[in-house]
Amino acid sequence: MAATSQTARVLPGFRLSLSVTLVYMMVIVLVPLCAVFVKAATLNPAEYWAAISSPRVVATYKLSFGASLLAAAINVVFGLMLAWSLVRYSFPGRKLVDALIDLPFALPTAVAGIALTALYARNGWLGQYLEGYGIKIAFTPAGVLIALIFIGVPFVVRAVQPVLEDFDVEAEEAAASLGAGRAATFFRVVLPALAPALLTGFALAFARAVGEYGSVIFIAGNIPMVSEITPLIIITKLEQYDYAGATAVASVMLVVSFILLLLINGLQEWTRRSEQKVS
Amino acid sequence: MAITTGVRERARSRQTIFEENIATRDGRLTRGVVLAVSLSFFVVFLLLPLFAVFVEAFRKGWQTYIAALMDPDAQSAIRLTLFTAAWAVTLNVIFGLAAAWAISKFNFWGKRVLITLIDLPFSVSPVIAGLIYILLFGAQGWFGPLLESADIKIVFAAPGIVLATLFVTIPFVARELIPLMELQGTEEEEAALTLGANGWQIFRRVTLPNIKWALLYGVILCNARAMGEFGAVSVVSGHIRGQTNTMPLHVEILYNEYQFAAAFAVASLLAFLAIVTLALKSYIEWRAQPPHSSGEDT
Repeated sequence: MAATSQTARVLPGFRLSLSVTLVYMMVIVLVPLCAVFVKAATLNPAEYWAAISSPRVVATYKLSFGASLLAAAINVVFGLMLAWSLVRYSFPGRKLVDALIDLPFALPTAVAGIALTALYARNGWLGQYLEGYGIKIAFTPAGVLIALIFIGVPFVVRAVQPVLEDFDVEAEEAAASLGAGRAATFFRVVLPALAPALLTGFALAFARAVGEYGSVIFIAGNIPMVSEITPLIIITKLEQYDYAGATAVASVMLVVSFILLLLINGLQEWTRRSEQKVS
Repeated sequence: MAITTGVRERARSRQTIFEENIATRDGRLTRGVVLAVSLSFFVVFLLLPLFAVFVEAFRKGWQTYIAALMDPDAQSAIRLTLFTAAWAVTLNVIFGLAAAWAISKFNFWGKRVLITLIDLPFSVSPVIAGLIYILLFGAQGWFGPLLESADIKIVFAAPGIVLATLFVTIPFVARELIPLMELQGTEEEEAALTLGANGWQIFRRVTLPNIKWALLYGVILCNARAMGEFGAVSVVSGHIRGQTNTMPLHVEILYNEYQFAAAFAVASLLAFLAIVTLALKSYIEWRAQPPHSSGEDT
């Protein structure tokens, strides 16, 4: 510590800026998050286990994690195609599409939720046609999936797009000159180079989807054991004044969040390194 | 203006370069299928929901639309949303600048951990962001009895809403500034220091002009999230009409009361905000491209 400080701390404001940063982080983020674990620890192990493993709660894990995994996977496929279209093809309206990719970041989740319900409800814009084929989306797990796909779109596109933009054309030229077709070049040269970015986008979309609340609850119908997500059961328990139970479930989600955060950090590091290797 | 046309041309020609190079050109069939599939996905999942908000908002005509927005409860929700966003933006700008200054200009132990922690709120469920303040400041919370004896309300009142919003918006300004300021290093600031500038002058005259676009970018994203936050605010609000309802919560109440046109009317304001946010974001991305890069990297 002493060794680095001598050379680096020439500029003023180190103490002030670091104190402001740490105090703010402590007050807004760290101390409140610790409250979750302290509160959860007031339960004895048997009570804690009962709170986080009751059948209704387990059903929400299955739905939240299952639908989030599936939504992130779907976004990897379509997100890659969208990023490819935006980087490689010129078509009318390209800039508009590019700007609107971030809509799920900018549109409040509650607005997205009621809009998706208006589309997929039984008498909705799309729902009335799907009804004819016996497909129900709103108020079923499929509705949860649709909402999670919506909020996940930008993560994969924005993770892949810059890597694809910086991708060295010479690699593809080399492959072509060695006689590889476009398909072979894509799957054996381009796709492996995109893998870290695709995985990062997948992890980001998944992490967001697991905790998502606003866009899901309107379209999900929130039927216990069927279409109830984990964030909702925390709220349900809170409304029943079961603070300890709500906190126990929250602690499980927080641990998952921490693990995902570390995983994403590792993936982003990997993306950076493989990008440097390419260029 | 010469610069702007240069950037535009470069942006347009980039795709054309790929399409003209035999090694990177996709077959017509591939191109057609990829474009058709990805654009259909775009239309169904992004464009259609946005479009639906406005159509549903005007379904019962202009009068209903205006009435929904002029309703006293809607007006109070709009005021609370603006109040909350003003706090979130101000405090996060101060925090973002402080964090970026400390992280980019100095070396200290635990720097990487701090950067990771700043991103933490992005991976925590908004519902948990609300819950933590209930645990601290709620009637049964750590500070609950203390606050009650002092007659201070945090949870189920405006301060709780601001706190929950602060939690979910913490990363926005900081994460735009940190990578940029790390890249810019300390040389310019050190030069100013040797020329006799004090800390505040260095910041205002040297650092701020270098980071203004990134700062504005962070502010816009932070503002959009602050105005639109639902989950975290929903937990701490208590849903008292005309008092602790923000716009997204007001949308929920109207929707659950089957006042669909009114719900979508208020929602359309938020959707409009989202469009403005995206437009400003694109504008800043276009402006912030350093002019010299347009010639260099091609």
